Amino acid sequence: MAEFKPKAIAFICNWCTYTGADLAGTSRMEYPADFRIIKVPCTGRIDAEFIIKGFEQGADGIWISGCHIGDCHYQSGNYFAQRRWSIFHDELEFLGIDTRRLKYTWISASEGRKFADEATEFVERLKELGPYEDFDQIIPKIEESGASVGGDG
Amino acid sequence: MARIGVFICHCGENIARTVDVVSVTEVARTWPGVVYAEDYRFCCSDPGQSIIRDAIKEHNLTGLVISACSPKMHEKTFRNLAKASGMNPYLCECSNIREQCSWVHHDKEVGTEKAIDLVRMMVEKVRMNHPLEPIEAPVTKRVLVVGAGIAGIQASLDLAEAGLEVVLVERNPSIGGHMAQLSETFPTLDCSMCILSPKMSAVKEHPDIKLLTYSEVEKVEGFIGNYTVSIRKKPRYVIEDLCVGCNECVTHCVFKKPKFPDEFNEGLGKRKPVYIPFPQATPQGAFIDPETCLQLTTGKCKQTCVTACPKDCIDFEMVEEIEEVEVGAIILATGFGTYKPELLPQYGYGKLDNVYTSLQMERMLSSSGPTEGEILLKDGTAPKTVGIIHCAGSRDENANIWCSKVCCMYSLKLAHLIQEFSEAQVFNFYIDIRAAGKGYEEFYLKVIEENVMVLRGRPALIEYEEQGNNGKGNLLVHTEDTISGTKLVVPVDMVVLSLGFEPDKDAVQLAKTFNISRSPEGFFMERHVKLAPVATTTDGVYIVGGCQGPKDIPETVAQASAAAASVLGILSKDKLIREPTVARVNELNCIGCFQCEKVCPYSAIEHKEIRDHDGNLIREVALVNDSLCHGCGPCAAICPSKCIDVDGITEEQIYSQLAVL
Repeated sequence: MAEFKPKAIAFICNWCTYTGADLAGTSRMEYPADFRIIKVPCTGRIDAEFIIKGFEQGADGIWISGCHIGDCHYQSGNYFAQRRWSIFHDELEFLGIDTRRLKYTWISASEGRKFADEATEFVERLKELGPYEDFDQIIPKIEESGASVGGDG
Repeated sequence: MARIGVFICHCGENIARTVDVVSVTEVARTWPGVVYAEDYRFCCSDPGQSIIRDAIKEHNLTGLVISACSPKMHEKTFRNLAKASGMNPYLCECSNIREQCSWVHHDKEVGTEKAIDLVRMMVEKVRMNHPLEPIEAPVTKRVLVVGAGIAGIQASLDLAEAGLEVVLVERNPSIGGHMAQLSETFPTLDCSMCILSPKMSAVKEHPDIKLLTYSEVEKVEGFIGNYTVSIRKKPRYVIEDLCVGCNECVTHCVFKKPKFPDEFNEGLGKRKPVYIPFPQATPQGAFIDPETCLQLTTGKCKQTCVTACPKDCIDFEMVEEIEEVEVGAIILATGFGTYKPELLPQYGYGKLDNVYTSLQMERMLSSSGPTEGEILLKDGTAPKTVGIIHCAGSRDENANIWCSKVCCMYSLKLAHLIQEFSEAQVFNFYIDIRAAGKGYEEFYLKVIEENVMVLRGRPALIEYEEQGNNGKGNLLVHTEDTISGTKLVVPVDMVVLSLGFEPDKDAVQLAKTFNISRSPEGFFMERHVKLAPVATTTDGVYIVGGCQGPKDIPETVAQASAAAASVLGILSKDKLIREPTVARVNELNCIGCFQCEKVCPYSAIEHKEIRDHDGNLIREVALVNDSLCHGCGPCAAICPSKCIDVDGITEEQIYSQLAVL
């Protein structure tokens, strides 16, 4: 059997983590190629629904990374993000989503090494978990429950 | 129907080595809406750009995807190219297949597969792009410079000479910074104060420079071209405009003798609570230290200074003031700290007599210093031997790992000056001599010829010996000579620790106040280490001098002038062009809950009243003020009715990228 190749998404902020990822590149630090980056201006931009949509499109895992707390380019965006995830994380768990498939990190523009290490850890973790086949069964449950997954702040 | 052009750059071999650019291009040609796809060796080169220009015109493109290096590198280049070719620049996007693909993967199959995905995602995003028009914002033609050492002084003078107003803020009672403390400067041995004090006076006298000493920046709001800065002016208790520095108050202070450690002399001398920091202090006036003044600490003092002052300058009722200034750009020249010698217990600083820091030695060598230029031991006699320990706290994994760049040169300078002004023999203990700079190696050779002893090895311990060979106690430097491979014990009368640069003690707070990043070692971080060394990721905020990293005076001055030139570039325009990637509200769906207003860090959400024909208020909806919005997006994420979106990164664009995975 061929080795499982996860499909994953990383939502990363333009100022810290994206620049950190670029630094990993200029420093030629190798990491697995099994995730795709979507650049957002700030982690504060990330609507909880993006994550649901990501899983719906077949992602095996989703990684969110931004500036360290206190270092946000937009002053406070990552505080909102952090608060949103702490609430949303519980909500996802309640709905039956495997939260091991979600990863949150703070990576600064100078942390190229950290980016490469976290990327490796993320992909390794997803390889261990295997394909996310259960998600399709969760969606009807979510719809039944009538839970709102957006704008929870 | 979209007409998208896709260009895949080889970047020489940088991308082509790990990504099969030809097959990526072939696959791209098959995607709906892609009417043209091509690969080229260097898309950013002139011939590369002309191929793109021709394609835009010939195929009447409505979207452009350049798959090359990071957008941080060339997004501007290609958007300008699009504009020059008659296309709205915001219809052009870059997909990053170098930094985030070819440089981090080695397997060509893997790299190619990922590159195809990255290009496809960007094609789907561009499909949803719509033309945007840049936003114009007014510009305040005034600059804030923080820190008045040589960096801040030079930047202020350059800007003021060019006709801009400057507000120069210094936290100490006098300007001058570290350079004012130095005796002479390498490699030319000019007297530091002699070359600095004319510039200090020029700052004080310049009609366009507003100097605020003993002041600190409290708060910064706004954005490039339009910053509002609150400055806290601490009370000097001496009216600055009246004081002429006659010294009467100091002479008549109830403390007959100076009692408190003198900060400017690095604790070597003593001062009174009322004092003039140093002879060339600017502003040239007395200052009362609230922490040591009897009147200010206890409220019980005869206030002899008040009676002695011939001009009634002393005012104990003076209070702190907050001053607000509007500026268009900010230059941070907040300087550096030095490694704390107490953290090197093996060298005995603070415990053993006659162990000094390099800055203390600078003060001792200064003709206006505590010993008036004489090199003296604690007992008042002259040393016969002096040891200078290079790299104290630098290039050491137990202390700071980095090289402070200037210590080798200033240690050699101190050695030269000590041998010139005293009878002492100097030993320099070094790891490597780093003398890179114009005239620096020559200076090193000259000092060697003067019979300064140089020993290669990091000393392990300094201890006190009761009965030395000079008939009294001396210090023993335990070290090794790594050239001959022998252990040595060198007896000396005095030790100087050449301490390296560190981030200033306020660097963390300053970085937060001005919203800039710091590098791993804690100095302020530049936008690009090579190509934007004085800019930061916050537009309109620049960093110069020791706050950015260790550097010598010529380099600091060059950076200061570089930042001044960059600021002039921004403020010479009457209007600034801002990125139009801002949030917008769909008024029809807005329920007027104003959650967005609560999360907006820039107060960019306004209330718009919707009224009927008779002028009765129906409801209020959110409205984004374009000139304040930065397009960060928490408003869009929190909006419960999904009526806010951010141009350039709409919800639709995120979903379209997800859809092709």
